[in-house]
Amino acid sequence: MTETTPTTLPAQSPPADPAGTAKARLSWWRGDGGEGAKRNLGLLATLAVLVVIGVLTRPDLYGDASWVWGNTLTILKLASVVGVVTVGMTFVIIGGGIDLSVGAIVALAGVWCTTVATQSYGAGGMIFSALTVGLAVGVVNGLLISYGRLVPFIATLAMMVAARGLAAEISDKQTQVSNNQFINGIASTDVLGIPLLVYILAAVVLAGWVLLNRTTFGRTVAVGGNPEAARLAGINVRRHTLLLYALSGLCCGIAAIMLTAQATSAQAAMANLYELDAIAAAIIGGTLLSGGRGTIIGSLLGVVIFSTITNLFAINGLSTEAQNMVKGGIIVAAVLVQQVQFGSLTQFLARNRATTT
Amino acid sequence: MSAPADAVAGEVVLRLTDVVKTFPGVRALDGVQLEVRAGEVHCLLGQNGAGKSTLIKVLAGVHRPDSGELEWRGRPAAFANPQAAMRAGIATIYQELDLVEDLSVAENAFLGHEPGRLGFVRRGHTARRTRQILARLGHPEIPPGRLVRHLPAAGKQIVSMARALSHEARLIIMDEPSAVLAHDEVGNLFRIIRELTAQGIAVIYISHRLEEIREIGDRVTVLKDGRTTAANLPARDTPTRDLVARMTGRTIEYVFPDRPADAPPRPELLRVDGLTRHGEFADVSLTVRAGEIVGIAGLVGSGRSELLETIYGARRSQAGTVRMGGRTLRPGSVGAAVKAGMGMAPEERKSQALLLGEPIYRNVTLATFGRYARLGFTDAGRERAAAGRMAAALDLRPRDVRRPVRTLSGGNQQKVVVGRWLLGDTRLLLLDEPTRGVDVGARAELYQVVRELAARGVGVLLVSSEVPEVLGLADRVLVMREGRVVREAPAGDLDENTVLDLVMAGSLMEGAPA
Ligand SMILES: Nc1ncnc2c1ncn2[C@@H]1O[C@H](COP(=O)(O)OP(=O)(O)OP(=O)(O)O)[C@@H](O)[C@H]1O
Ligand SMILES: [Mg+2]
Repeated sequence: MTETTPTTLPAQSPPADPAGTAKARLSWWRGDGGEGAKRNLGLLATLAVLVVIGVLTRPDLYGDASWVWGNTLTILKLASVVGVVTVGMTFVIIGGGIDLSVGAIVALAGVWCTTVATQSYGAGGMIFSALTVGLAVGVVNGLLISYGRLVPFIATLAMMVAARGLAAEISDKQTQVSNNQFINGIASTDVLGIPLLVYILAAVVLAGWVLLNRTTFGRTVAVGGNPEAARLAGINVRRHTLLLYALSGLCCGIAAIMLTAQATSAQAAMANLYELDAIAAAIIGGTLLSGGRGTIIGSLLGVVIFSTITNLFAINGLSTEAQNMVKGGIIVAAVLVQQVQFGSLTQFLARNRATTT
Repeated sequence: MSAPADAVAGEVVLRLTDVVKTFPGVRALDGVQLEVRAGEVHCLLGQNGAGKSTLIKVLAGVHRPDSGELEWRGRPAAFANPQAAMRAGIATIYQELDLVEDLSVAENAFLGHEPGRLGFVRRGHTARRTRQILARLGHPEIPPGRLVRHLPAAGKQIVSMARALSHEARLIIMDEPSAVLAHDEVGNLFRIIRELTAQGIAVIYISHRLEEIREIGDRVTVLKDGRTTAANLPARDTPTRDLVARMTGRTIEYVFPDRPADAPPRPELLRVDGLTRHGEFADVSLTVRAGEIVGIAGLVGSGRSELLETIYGARRSQAGTVRMGGRTLRPGSVGAAVKAGMGMAPEERKSQALLLGEPIYRNVTLATFGRYARLGFTDAGRERAAAGRMAAALDLRPRDVRRPVRTLSGGNQQKVVVGRWLLGDTRLLLLDEPTRGVDVGARAELYQVVRELAARGVGVLLVSSEVPEVLGLADRVLVMREGRVVREAPAGDLDENTVLDLVMAGSLMEGAPA
């Protein structure tokens, strides 16, 4: 029913309406991830199924509580490096782009920070150079795409080839051993019984989540679904595109340090095909390839699901070939499940709530 | 030209009984009755969100009804998907055009049923048939090979019509087809509709413009809150008061708020000098004062929208300057324009203004979320509260601002776009067809809002294809024709016919002005 009361405009400055604000406060923590949260529940269910398969195939191992804990940490450690890269990738994809150069950036940053010259500056110099190289390559990607108007796919494909080439050039195709104990210690140190690498992943995921969901920068990322609308709303879309690729590059820099520490060395072929792992994890996690939708938590779950599968094959002593086939199948299945089942599950839940307005 | 309502003697082709369709949390259709006869133009009338588009999506096989009966040409029918409906002879032109921008006109017209041989598309044949259909639609000048992306809104709609005609349709459904059209185009549309009905094809016609329904319609069915409140009223003779009352439960039509009695002249806000973009508009100069509403009248294609977008920096001018409050704006920079206090509600809301998957409140605060943020951290609670107040002021339905914009009816989506700029510190509002698809009641509210903004000192530059709207709302009117301003006068000194004459002088005109 419409009343004929004359329309009054709300005041241009916020506040007033204490009831509404209080109600809004209450729901603050819930965020707006209703749909995303349900999708993540589905991912958790998938994870649970994988664990059950593990229990069924190796009941001997799963009987031992300390082995289970150790194996969980192994899985998380396995997920840590790709996880960090995937956070950056998730931002780029939500923003409507793609970054095929992440693996190459990790390699370039890893090689750069392990040259004899860089190592002479100590751990600080190595970390600084890895982060700077990652960031710089990301900025170049961003400039090519936002101001040079190259298609993201092409620009980062070119960067992928070029950065690996440069890494091979710098390292002279040799494996560069890291002699820095601090750097190598990053991969071997445990804090409170949990590997430092897992803390780094957690920190990056948390930072990424806050950045995406609670900051103005995150809001401009989410407009990736319709850049034209964002532009006409006065948002500087180009600058934000640039920042997205810079962010992805920075994540690669962090990952480069982690991976170098794990291997205690770096080489031009390291982080091979990380771009595919990261993109696959993001997609499994519910990130829409056309942009505009996706969650950090979903991507994290995607990465963990992959490393759990790898682990599952390892504890059963099966080949990597079979493993890759299963991963491919999981990607397709995950997308299908999201499209079909969770669409109707969401509807079902919402209908039962019956919030008629 | 068309026969009186009671002369509709064609057999009943479509009958709906008690159709119900629910979406999560919304009963979009709640018992709809509809009867359509061959050769008639059956109009659907109803407020924004009444369920008109949902109803036609049920007919077109997009949605499946939860319950109720659908009888098509004497037999119970259920369309599992849009292809099934099309095969049965129901073609639909949707409210939000659904063309593939990067395909050609011909490819769009025959999308999904390309004439082929052994799996190869017969391009020449397709192009020829497209040309025939376009000629029948009165637009032989549109090249079948042109990418749809490069067509203006009116041209895109013609392509949608061509798609409907490319099927052997017995029923053509048009959801607010005139919303994207100017006067002469509407005349052309009506001519086409009359041709179709003369061949015994039934047409379901949706529009918020009552005068169109009177001109083209035979019978009217009125929907309110998903229910049929009146069926098969004669389109010509039912008093407007009755129609509006059945739609809204109250009795109003266009009400333009009063202009304030001579306000003291306020400072100049916008000054445009000699603005030019080749092929779009040339040498346009205009000013808008604070608190003034300036209307631009003109046909689609007269350069109005392009002018607005250029002032806003979304297009780069080739000559001339735009000044806000005395300072020259950098050409081609929307950021600069917004910073200077401009806001624009663009013509095509779906592609230019909305993030369809995002919640309402995020769309409302798209231009202002930074103001609700602290130290770069957004505050969703404050944004929702602000958007909620805006929703109440514009009578948005549903009110829950966390719903995705995708689930709103067309008119309500438009309110979201307009609402966006009412939140900011906007000093100059550029409105391009602000009431397109907005129902009679909400329209009056929107006018009221625009007036109130002006009273507060906001300048408004308004483009509308509806001449009465420009004349009723604006203080001063510019008439554009073929990219040039041909007349500028206080709104009180012009009347509808004068404006129409100016607008159409020199252009070949079909159909009568309403
Ligand atoms: N996919 C959907 N999911 C949820 N709700 C929907 C969906 N589509 C429509 N609705 C709701 O159904 C109701 C009817 O919408 P509909 O689009 O049919 O209105 P309409 O009469 O065409 O209005 P308008 O004149 O503004 O175009 C609205 O409340 C709308 O929000
Ligand atoms: Mg509609």
